[in-house]
Amino acid sequence: MNTTQPRAGDRETILDLFPLSGWGRFKAAFVDLREGLRLLPLAMTLGWLDIKMRYRGSVLGPFWLTITTAVMVIALGFLYAELFGIVLKTYLPFLALSLVLWGYISTLITESTTVFSQETRLIQSARRPFSVFAIQAIIRNLLVLAHNAVVVLVVFLIFDIVPLKIWLILPALGLWIIDSLAITLCLGLFGARFRDIPPIVGSLLQVFFFVTPVIWKPELVGTLGGWLLIDPFYPLLAIIRAPLLGETLPLVIWEAALAHSAVLIVLAAVFFARFRARIAYWV
Amino acid sequence: MTRVLVDRLCLHFPVYHSENSTLKRSMASAVSNRSGQRAGSALVEDARHRVTIDVLKDISFTLDKGERLGLIGGNGAGKTTLLRALAGIYEPVSGRVRVRGSIGTLLDTQLGMNMELTGLENIRLRCLFHGFGQAQAGSIAQNVAEFAELGDFLALPVKTYSSGMLVRLAFGLATAITPDVLLMDEWLMAGDITFLEKAKKRIESLVQDSDTLVMSSHQPEIIRRWCTRLIWLENGQIRMDGPTDAVLDTYLAA
Repeated sequence: MNTTQPRAGDRETILDLFPLSGWGRFKAAFVDLREGLRLLPLAMTLGWLDIKMRYRGSVLGPFWLTITTAVMVIALGFLYAELFGIVLKTYLPFLALSLVLWGYISTLITESTTVFSQETRLIQSARRPFSVFAIQAIIRNLLVLAHNAVVVLVVFLIFDIVPLKIWLILPALGLWIIDSLAITLCLGLFGARFRDIPPIVGSLLQVFFFVTPVIWKPELVGTLGGWLLIDPFYPLLAIIRAPLLGETLPLVIWEAALAHSAVLIVLAAVFFARFRARIAYWV
Repeated sequence: MTRVLVDRLCLHFPVYHSENSTLKRSMASAVSNRSGQRAGSALVEDARHRVTIDVLKDISFTLDKGERLGLIGGNGAGKTTLLRALAGIYEPVSGRVRVRGSIGTLLDTQLGMNMELTGLENIRLRCLFHGFGQAQAGSIAQNVAEFAELGDFLALPVKTYSSGMLVRLAFGLATAITPDVLLMDEWLMAGDITFLEKAKKRIESLVQDSDTLVMSSHQPEIIRRWCTRLIWLENGQIRMDGPTDAVLDTYLAA
């Protein structure tokens, strides 16, 4: 058990560790999460420093991210609008938004597999909640997302896109952040134990990039549309994409997004509770 | 008051990422046959054919407020692992570890610093980790700067520091935050003589505030000066536990 909370009337903390089982493991995992959230200012600084360090010495700094995305959107946009035979005015805003959102998903998932195994030194130098590393990765990727969002904003202004029911993206973003935490903890754990996980996840993401309606519009599959809901990435993308593009969203897509998230969260909770204490041994 | 309680602590490490299981298994059986004579830790194969290394076996002791414990023993005796278990990094496989009060650690060779960041940034991160406010963080930064005598180097990335400078910064930082229990691994060699004098003064003032120290070292003279009690570890077990001079003399004679 690892109770790190101060006792009443006593400012001292007590670290009490012994092997846990059953419910105790879930409680310890919950304490880890709570402590991780308490260190949110640290995670935010670390996430920002990660980006600053990556671009230390470069003239444009993090805005290289924005430029890379802009080039990608322009190149792909003109080509695929022609290939799919869609008007640029409807395709380019869709593509810009999709690519930026997918960029967040795929980078976060790729990085989540090494979120613990890359921090061997920090993990072995002092006890700290494991969730801090996950939160740091999420903050870092949200900051990248914010830089890329500039491209989407510019495209929306050029093509005069008016979002519909924009408040709907608030619950959607909330769900994204909870899912991000779940998948980062879960894959971070697997990546620490099995070193084959990062390449496997990398190839799977590539497959999902093509089978998920990221660069193509979901209407293109016609009657097969129902099958798309099995792909967890489609409903999650759609709940943010539709309100921003000013489209209405069938309720079933939200239901699918919630169902996929529930499965993910339960799995992550079970694995994190079961193996949290082993991460230090694995890295 | 008991600061640290360790009760029948056992730790064993899984060995993964081996070439193949048959090789692993044959190694384990070969080694376990003569593990009695072998120095260091033994490979053991458990019921599910996982190879594990017993690093700590059945360790029990308690430390009271104000005690300065030294850990001695050969390479692979389990000194670093025991320190990490006390820090709560490795949670016990069986047994119990209880530490009352805040814990400061100086275990890693890079001492938990990010080498790409500047000294000041590292100080700021440590303050955030402890949840300090602006004012407190400022006074800690000043305290560390005075102790470490790094001057303008504080604004440079830590990777440009010499190992001595790194140790001064890390030691100053770890002791500026006044932990109740300070855990140190054998890294002091990098400091020069004047640093050791300063470090000792700082540690002694910490201990005077009834704080507790656990350190491991290979240097007898440092242990004799710094510790009031020694635990001699061998193959992950306690071979001897007692006052510094008694244990050290036996250890050096062995």
